[in-house]
Amino acid sequence: MITISKAEYQKILEHAQKNLPEEACGLIAGRIDGADKHIEKVYLLTNIDHSNEHFSLDPKEHLAAIKDMRQNGLTPLGNWHSHPESPSRPSDEDKRLAFDSKASYLILSLMDRSNPVLNSFHIEGVDATNEGLVVE
Amino acid sequence: MIITVAGNKKEVKDGITVAELIVLENVETPRYVTVSLNDSFVENDAFESTVLKEGDNVEFLYFMGGGC
Repeated sequence: MITISKAEYQKILEHAQKNLPEEACGLIAGRIDGADKHIEKVYLLTNIDHSNEHFSLDPKEHLAAIKDMRQNGLTPLGNWHSHPESPSRPSDEDKRLAFDSKASYLILSLMDRSNPVLNSFHIEGVDATNEGLVVE
Repeated sequence: MIITVAGNKKEVKDGITVAELIVLENVETPRYVTVSLNDSFVENDAFESTVLKEGDNVEFLYFMGGGC
């Protein structure tokens, strides 16, 4: 299971909505407790692809986020990105570029603007498993 | 000499290059790694020619991207 607070979820949602029609992206950090992960901080980064079909994290912002995690004793947990026009599931490209099998990959679908859907996935090769994200 | 890698002090041989450090650190998917040296980014084609010195601060950033 992986958890995120309503406040951190809201940060993702608002950033993704603000960046429409482009994909939005960022990082997640927190703590690992046995088999569970707890997202304690969401980082909102720039999608340097500025595309509605692709995303790449801004390296400078990525570096700053990693330093902030370290300073605050947070564990890097993975990343998040939005799918403006497609479901909350990893695309073939998402799987191909998911290099870290220990990471969680959050995908927020805004396909139905009035019903955003956020899921978290464990990706290993072509296999993606829904991690059961809980917003609490 | 002592350098800092991902926030941790580490002893490495004098004159080590970024490319050698990537191997030493068992960096996965090195093609998709961005290297920061003292807060400046090192171009991928300069990994072999960039020699580290005492006190340098190195970070490895793993590419994160995707599509929809």
